[in-house]
Amino acid sequence: MLEQSDKRLEIDTSLDFGKFNLEIQCDLSLQGVTGLFGPSGSGKTTLLRILAGLENRSMGSVSYGGVIWQDSTVFIAPHLRSVGYVFQDARLFSHLDVEGNLRYADKRQIPKDRQITLSEVVSILQIDSLLHRATDSLSGGERQRVAIARSLLSQPELLLLDEPLGALDAAHKKEIFPYLQSLHRSFGIPTIYVSHSVTEMAQLADNMIMIDSGRINSIGSVSQVLGREALDWSVVPFEPVAILSVKIVEDFPALHLTRVAHGEQTLMVPHLKNVQPGDSIRLSVRAADVVLATSKPVDLSVRNVVLGQVKSIKAAPGTAFATVIVDVDGTCIPSQVTLEAIDELGIETGLPIYALIKTATFDRSFSGGPSLGH
Amino acid sequence: MPDLGPLWLSLVLAGVTTVILFFLGTPLAWWLSCTTSRLKPVIEAITALPLVLPPTVIGFYFLIALGPASPVGSFWLQVTGDALTFSFTGLVVASVIYSLPFMVQPLQNSFESIGVGPMEAAYTLNASRTDAFFSVVVPLAKRGFITSAVLAFAHTIGEFGVVLMVGGNIPGQTKVISIAIYEHVETLNYADAHILSAGLLSFTFVVLFLVYAQKSGNRIHA
Repeated sequence: MLEQSDKRLEIDTSLDFGKFNLEIQCDLSLQGVTGLFGPSGSGKTTLLRILAGLENRSMGSVSYGGVIWQDSTVFIAPHLRSVGYVFQDARLFSHLDVEGNLRYADKRQIPKDRQITLSEVVSILQIDSLLHRATDSLSGGERQRVAIARSLLSQPELLLLDEPLGALDAAHKKEIFPYLQSLHRSFGIPTIYVSHSVTEMAQLADNMIMIDSGRINSIGSVSQVLGREALDWSVVPFEPVAILSVKIVEDFPALHLTRVAHGEQTLMVPHLKNVQPGDSIRLSVRAADVVLATSKPVDLSVRNVVLGQVKSIKAAPGTAFATVIVDVDGTCIPSQVTLEAIDELGIETGLPIYALIKTATFDRSFSGGPSLGH
Repeated sequence: MPDLGPLWLSLVLAGVTTVILFFLGTPLAWWLSCTTSRLKPVIEAITALPLVLPPTVIGFYFLIALGPASPVGSFWLQVTGDALTFSFTGLVVASVIYSLPFMVQPLQNSFESIGVGPMEAAYTLNASRTDAFFSVVVPLAKRGFITSAVLAFAHTIGEFGVVLMVGGNIPGQTKVISIAIYEHVETLNYADAHILSAGLLSFTFVVLFLVYAQKSGNRIHA
């Protein structure tokens, strides 16, 4: 049990609920945050519960970091798996105050080389002012922060976050987001993050597993999965999103703009706060905000034009639309275009093409960016 | 002033019964609250029987089941040299069964309202089943435990029919307060009957008041 950065997760499991059954096979190396994504009722929570050992009727095998958690003869009880689980409803113990909840986990921690201490989680999740509060006096966002701190104190080697923002309203989501983004950076624990929100995935996840009706639909990097590179259009319940990893080049405070570089090409985005030239950040762009042109456009209000190559064209059956995926220096940028336009412009695989991205659509994501708050 | 021996005997009987029920009722209530077994409604119905059956029916069956001719009664007679019927021990056995629903039902409700959530959270914080039960479920069910214990205690103090059938009226052995009141009335000693009855009435009211006060004042958070 040395470094916590890269652990192999092997799953070959099934669970039959009668009208719904889950069958998951995968073998992946968990690094950073892995998003577990899919529509409601697709089996995301069930899969997390299987990993945590909370579904003892599940069949098959699960192993993590070389330790068998279950197979045909073994079933390691949940308290002996080094898993931290943050439930959607937080599940704080109401007979203890906030500090009591943290100490509960602290007392039962499994000794490791790198111990996460109580004062560390208290300061990173900023809960020092909450320590003596009763759990039922906390807001939704505060409850989740305490729940996250509590699960970190059990010294997990795998952190499972089950829609930690699911029960929160937009304002509280905003409040807790920076904490989630800092988790992996601060503690380096491989994390599986469940959500059905594309925005959360785009901003938090490095890799993604997408499941649908209890089966894995696709696995890949967040830009591959959200950019729909590996997906079959007809079963995908969300609009495709491009994830651009960019470097900050220069800030123009007077214009409220920041220039960023993606490979050789540069883009102008709305002013980004708390960044220095050289920082790496992640931007997400929705397919509907990307327009295609076969020649370099002039006299347009669109500021960002990047040159790429058509990688694939996927028609949506029964509609007028198709998704054209443009490869821009290795990043897939999807665009939603009508079939008629594809015909008229003669768009086909391999064709050099310009992708026009409206400046205003950039949606900042963090990835190893600046530290929290202040 | 009436003889206070029956009052003391009632308190001892109720105390012993409540302690025994604590250890019997808790696992039973826990099992009922989390089982998916098809036996659950059967066990629930059996547990609830003493609530509805006339005490004479229960007392009658106890008399048969605990009598020296029964396997249980004869075994007890061989081991201890005493009969179970018309003895304090027999009263304890009968009271445990008779007051069982008063211990089990509030506890089961309490466990069910807590649900499986806190236990699961405790597991993921490395608590074993036993640890999670004692460190999470028991404190969360504290009010359920208090309610159950108080109701079982008070109900045992108030029982009459079963005691009369199984225990009779032996001073210092089976003559509990309700039997003493009955005897005072039979012998037209209304003054002593008044004192004991008023005492029991006030005691019962205070107990029930405390139970309802703590129930409405604080709710269990699941």
